[in-house]
Amino acid sequence: MLWLLFFLVTAIHAELCQPGAENAFKVRLSIRTALGDKAYAWDTNEEYLFKAMVAFSMRKVPNREATEISHVLLCNVTQRVSFWFVVTDPSKNHTLPAVEVQSAIRMNRNRINNAFSLNDQTLEFLKIPSTLAPPTDPSVPIWIIIFGVIFCIVIVAITLLILSGIRQRRRKNKEPPEVDDTEDKCENMITVENGIPCDPLDMKGGHINEAFMTEDERLTPL
Amino acid sequence: MEKARPLWANPLQFVFACISYAVGLGNVWRFPYLCQMYGGGSFLVPYIIMLIVEGMPLLYLELAVGQRMRQGSIGAFRTISPYLSGVGVASVVVSFFLAMYYNVINAWAFWYLFHSFQDPLPWSVCPLNGNRTGYDEECEKASSTQYFWYRKTLNISPSIQENGSVQWEPALCLLLAWLVVYLCILRGTESTGKVVYFTASLPYCVLIIYLVRGLTLHGATNGLMYMFTPKMEQLANPKAWINAATQIFFSLGLGFGSLIAFASYNEPSSNCQKHAIIVSLINSSTSIFASIVTFSIYGFKATFNYENCLRKVSLLLTNTFDLEDGFLTASNLEQVKGYLASAYPSKYSEVFPHIKNCSLESELDTAVQGTGLAFIVYTEAIKNMEVSQLWSVLYFFMLLMLGIGSMLGNTAAILTPLTDSKIISSHLPKEAISGLVCLISCAIGMVFTTEAGNYWFDIFNDYAATLSLLLIVLVETIAVCYVYGLRRFESDLKAMTGRALSWYWKVMWAGVSPLLIVGLFVFYLSDYILTGTLKYQAWEASQGQLVTKDYPAYALAAIGLLVASSTMCIPLVALGIFVLRRLKTGDAAPVA
Repeated sequence: MLWLLFFLVTAIHAELCQPGAENAFKVRLSIRTALGDKAYAWDTNEEYLFKAMVAFSMRKVPNREATEISHVLLCNVTQRVSFWFVVTDPSKNHTLPAVEVQSAIRMNRNRINNAFSLNDQTLEFLKIPSTLAPPTDPSVPIWIIIFGVIFCIVIVAITLLILSGIRQRRRKNKEPPEVDDTEDKCENMITVENGIPCDPLDMKGGHINEAFMTEDERLTPL
Repeated sequence: MEKARPLWANPLQFVFACISYAVGLGNVWRFPYLCQMYGGGSFLVPYIIMLIVEGMPLLYLELAVGQRMRQGSIGAFRTISPYLSGVGVASVVVSFFLAMYYNVINAWAFWYLFHSFQDPLPWSVCPLNGNRTGYDEECEKASSTQYFWYRKTLNISPSIQENGSVQWEPALCLLLAWLVVYLCILRGTESTGKVVYFTASLPYCVLIIYLVRGLTLHGATNGLMYMFTPKMEQLANPKAWINAATQIFFSLGLGFGSLIAFASYNEPSSNCQKHAIIVSLINSSTSIFASIVTFSIYGFKATFNYENCLRKVSLLLTNTFDLEDGFLTASNLEQVKGYLASAYPSKYSEVFPHIKNCSLESELDTAVQGTGLAFIVYTEAIKNMEVSQLWSVLYFFMLLMLGIGSMLGNTAAILTPLTDSKIISSHLPKEAISGLVCLISCAIGMVFTTEAGNYWFDIFNDYAATLSLLLIVLVETIAVCYVYGLRRFESDLKAMTGRALSWYWKVMWAGVSPLLIVGLFVFYLSDYILTGTLKYQAWEASQGQLVTKDYPAYALAAIGLLVASSTMCIPLVALGIFVLRRLKTGDAAPVA
């Protein structure tokens, strides 16, 4: 009698969890891709952890707080590593609707990933799309800030150059209009009238005419 | 008394200005493409021959004309013969067209530069779609770098007819680009002379850094070996020679009047022969140097994509046949495929259409030039490097330096004739003239920031300068050699610089170079006539790739107008001067 019951139970379980069964999901893990040398082997203990995580996710759904680890059934584990799982109700006769399982897994995807040190790409639930993390958008786009800084610097530089150019031109306009090329280079601003420097004579105390005053001996010696 | 003409503070500034002008974006994004298309290492043979036969003589000619006439292009040709001042006017018109569209590239470089300060780089990830379950559809079909270029930067429309509106982000960047150019040319040679120290030298620093980084990338040697392996049979292809000649011609920036303008600010006694040789050699070696960097980046990108492709195929097979994770590697892939095909024929035939044939050769074969290379291919390679923000900032900063250096030359070509002309410079100070030119170019350049702007950019890029420049330089050479007189010019140069003109230059100026230019001109004309309707590449958002379309009638009219407005200047101005003279002599005749 017990044998019959046992067979019945396993038969029912086998029916509930089958590839492509109603409300069943396929899971695919790529442990070696994710972890390389630190990859762990997939054994029954890992399967137990998986069942625990799924049960944990289901317990978070209202009305399903009584889900136990034994309600999660795994089957068809391949070398890949991939397998199918279903979640049954407490009576172990029916499987829970796929929509509920899907939403539960989606809510807790991060926790499940972290339990296995994997991510959305290496721990795949086929038919359960993962919510992609949106890119962080700062309130002001960064490029506008940098643009603003450079724009202001350039405007300030242009204004400075233009102003200094205007000042230079005004200074040049204050000189007499007929300025020769050679006198342009003249450092001292000497007023010119008829080509003769007009230094106030009392300032210099007279000019010495070098043509006549060659040496100290002004008078030829007798 | 005339004000003394502003001079370069020292000859080094002049050489740097010429290098900064000649070494531009074409060295980075056109030469590697040509090298790849026409036989890799063997392309260097026609390139160097054309450099010696065409590049150096024509460059020397332009510098000598500018230094001798000491005026911008219009004034210089008016001195040679008043009927030929049309050549100068044509140069200014072509320079104006170039300035309008070239600065848009700087605007795009600014855009990418500002976006390089983010983590992750915005062109490395696709944005999410509406319900956050996947990526944006257009981005999935194309790649994230293409999406960022076509959608985020250009917001391109499906065809040239759909104009769209001015996009404010590129418009702001264009405004900034023009402000930067204005800042550099504001004070004439005084400010330009200092800026060119940076715009000439900084790109080399970045190129050296990139060379070191590029050569150490995984897979760089694949690219280098593939590209530089000479394919000698391409030497027999006339297109290789024609493209070498064209590349030398346009790369040196002949015919725009910029070289004449720069040389006009030289001391009369400076040795322009030495400068011409130095500038042309540096320009060509920069092209070769830049292509080494580009090819190592190509190799890296191709190897990366190839390995990605292999990984995807392995994943597909692993998932379909539930093989052990990590079992399939690049080395046993073919074996396992064969085994699976025989062991599970039905399942294999199901999955077979999805298995891509990964080939390193086909990845390396994707030859790209122009904005596609700079903004799509390079960014794709950069996003896969470590510390990609740093490399991105360096790269776009280099593009900016190259672009601004060329813009300085262009604006000098426009401004020098304007400031030389007594009528204009007596009414307006040179800051105002520069400001006006920048303002007008910026306003018209806003056309290139509309949604169809990139298509108009391609029109300008392909047609505004090509035919006109060939004609201008041809007329220049003939004018100097035959109208002004080669002997007269030779004695002028000897009096100016104190050095005799070598026979080589005389032979080139009088014979070989004009013949070459006529040959190129005939080739281009026949090429345009034979192709019939001109076509362009439009971006199709739904397919995520480029499709070929025909230009509408008004675009063809615009192209014709572009070419005509510069080339017709030469005969029209000559005719105008002739008519004016006739009228003047007609007035004077009754007196005699």
